[in-house]
Amino acid sequence: MKVEKQYQEKNTQTKEEKNLDKDKYEELKNVIQEYKEKEGSLITILHQAQKIFGHLPREVQIYVAKSLGIPLAEVYGVVSFYSLFNMEKRGKYTIEICMGTACYVKGSEEILKILKEELKIEPGEITEDGKFTIETTRCIGACSLAPVINIGDDIHGKVKGEEILEIIKKYE
Amino acid sequence: MADERIKLLVCSGAACTSADAEELKNALSDELEKQNLKDNYKIIETGCSGSCDFGPLLIIDPGDVFYVNLNPDAARRIVNEDFINGNTVEEFLYQSPETGEKLKTLNEISFFENQTKIALRNCGKIDPVRVEDYIHQGGYVALAKVLHDMSPEEVLEEVKKSGLRGRGGGGFPTGLKWEMTRNAEIRDDKGTKYVICNADEGDPGAFMDRSIMEGNPHLVIEAMIIAAYVIGSRQGYVYIRAEYPMAVRRLEAAIKYARDFGAIGENIFDSGFDFDLEISIGAGAFVCGEETALIHSIQGQRGEPRAKPPFPAEKGLWNKPTLINNVETFANIPTIILKGGEWFSQYGTDDSKGTKVFALAGDINHTGLIEVPMGTTLRSIIYDLGGGIAEEKGFKAAQIGGPSGGVLTEKELDLPLEYDSLLEIGAMMGSGGLVIMDNETCMVDIARYYLDFTQDESCGKCTPCRIGTKRMLEILNRIVNGEGEIEDIDRLIDLSKLLKQSSLCGLGLSAPNPVLSTLKNFRQEYEAHIKDRICPAGVCENLMLRKNKNNKAKAKESKEAK
Ligand SMILES: Cc1cc2nc3c(=O)[nH]c(=O)nc-3n(C[C@H](O)[C@H](O)[C@H](O)COP(=O)(O)O)c2cc1C
Ligand code: FES
Repeated sequence: MKVEKQYQEKNTQTKEEKNLDKDKYEELKNVIQEYKEKEGSLITILHQAQKIFGHLPREVQIYVAKSLGIPLAEVYGVVSFYSLFNMEKRGKYTIEICMGTACYVKGSEEILKILKEELKIEPGEITEDGKFTIETTRCIGACSLAPVINIGDDIHGKVKGEEILEIIKKYE
Repeated sequence: MADERIKLLVCSGAACTSADAEELKNALSDELEKQNLKDNYKIIETGCSGSCDFGPLLIIDPGDVFYVNLNPDAARRIVNEDFINGNTVEEFLYQSPETGEKLKTLNEISFFENQTKIALRNCGKIDPVRVEDYIHQGGYVALAKVLHDMSPEEVLEEVKKSGLRGRGGGGFPTGLKWEMTRNAEIRDDKGTKYVICNADEGDPGAFMDRSIMEGNPHLVIEAMIIAAYVIGSRQGYVYIRAEYPMAVRRLEAAIKYARDFGAIGENIFDSGFDFDLEISIGAGAFVCGEETALIHSIQGQRGEPRAKPPFPAEKGLWNKPTLINNVETFANIPTIILKGGEWFSQYGTDDSKGTKVFALAGDINHTGLIEVPMGTTLRSIIYDLGGGIAEEKGFKAAQIGGPSGGVLTEKELDLPLEYDSLLEIGAMMGSGGLVIMDNETCMVDIARYYLDFTQDESCGKCTPCRIGTKRMLEILNRIVNGEGEIEDIDRLIDLSKLLKQSSLCGLGLSAPNPVLSTLKNFRQEYEAHIKDRICPAGVCENLMLRKNKNNKAKAKESKEAK
């Protein structure tokens, strides 16, 4: 079912989207060129690839594997091991809710609950309008601000329950 | 010529940044411009000064005047009233919680007064990336001394004499580790060895390493070069979490400055010694902080640990002898070289020398970063430095050492915090995260929280850890949901023993600690959940509650509204 959906998505791509993809692959090619000779650079390449594509779909993993001349299983093994790599499409903004100890004792679970209800998605999913993804994250080291929410490059500290709804309104 | 401008130190650590330190900086800059004072003052963005609760803040150097909780309007007033008219703006001075008195300078404030800073030296006082600022504070002097006047053996001797033990959790004697790596048999004709700085800091509730990396990256760079000189390495790596983008940026910039200055690269300070440094960025896996897993991760593989021995000192990165130390461990080295091992060992206790940085978070009035001599008591940390427990609720427990550690309770308030005393009571220094919890915390829920964490972060390579944590989590979930049986307590203890005996790495070996520690100290709370179906703290939602979490949140709100 999921595969089918992906397949359809791929075939309904407009010409512009395909061109955009081409540009992205071009960029990825350059990245791989730069790191190819360096031993152990797979994770670095994947970080860059995720920056370029926003996530790491199967096709991108295949492309990386082929370019580096390593089995897809190895690439997939690494992608699936690390929590910061994701294979699913992301929303325009990812709302990261810190689940570190300090944030947890200061009520981050409550905030997650409020967000899940408001946006009608579970962590890792994307809202219908494509705007938000929620994600729980490990401690980001801003514990004195607990509970901490990260949206894009912004850190929001000491967020109190419902206040989060006001905060996300600001993201267009 | 020395820069004689007055320095305006604006903290731009994570906490202050999110409290709009940027706006403060801009307002200061604009107002100085407007008043034609630009040439007399220099605004410097520093790393975390430790006092995260007072931000955004401004320290004026010289003089150490300390302005807190600022906004753009405050900045304009300070420029006009203080800088132009010479009147301190009382309104933005720190107010002592005990006496209500307004205190003007840093040293008058107990939060700072009670600290001894070695690893945090200069954090919050300098521009973190510019090499000149670091040198101005005595930076790279230790390196020059080592390269020109000391043999590797002499440096090693000094580190051993200091009694420094690893700050990454285990507390292994640093000098001994350096010696092992130095003496390790070299396997290739080039004599390759590596130095790695472990800046993974996966412990939730800990931000010491992050703050050192952001506030004084050169300190760590300098130490790594010194270590390389001792063990005979030419290549180093800093393994840092992707979750710390600002630390990565500052470290990158600092490495560039250090290279331009000639501290990194070939023929460092004309000594004939070469060393290069690279950053390796993690991708979000707690277990990657474990040294063998970390090595796999730098090699571009899954961050799975392997059995030890052989230790990385013998067989590390690319199978070459490798020295791995934690950020804070390294941060102590330049001072040890400058002032001597003897000097360092005067701080601390018999078997834990020097100071320790703690990250204070949770239900405490002053959260932030502190550095105190080893052996300081929890009571002193909470009440003399941390300003006591928030909202006048009582102290219930402190979690030390994150998921590998345990809880400290009222009984332990006067226990000296050092490696061995903590192990004796079933806790652990860990990296130094101290999460303070007040009376409204459910300890069963906290144990469940940590098991959830370790279960999720287990790499899955060894069965006891993979399945054991899962079973333990299931039991704990049952208990907090009000479906526990009294036999569950014994099951938890049995599983704990099993994990401690048979796990592959420290993650599984220490995963039961929070459970055993809460069971030991708060068994009656487990029993209340199981027998009476009550959560005494009023946290667990599915239980018959005296007061539930929503009430707790509501009570908080109405209190704040008042
Ligand atoms: C599961 C696990 C996670 C760890 N995470 C870290 C970490 O984040 N940072 C760190 O410095 N050490 C961590 N360690 C300890 C390292 O394996 C290693 O002992 C340490 O980096 C050695 O440095 P030190 O001797 O300077 O303490 C971890 C250990 C385990 C078992
Ligand atoms: S626990 Fe949330 S930032 Fe550390």
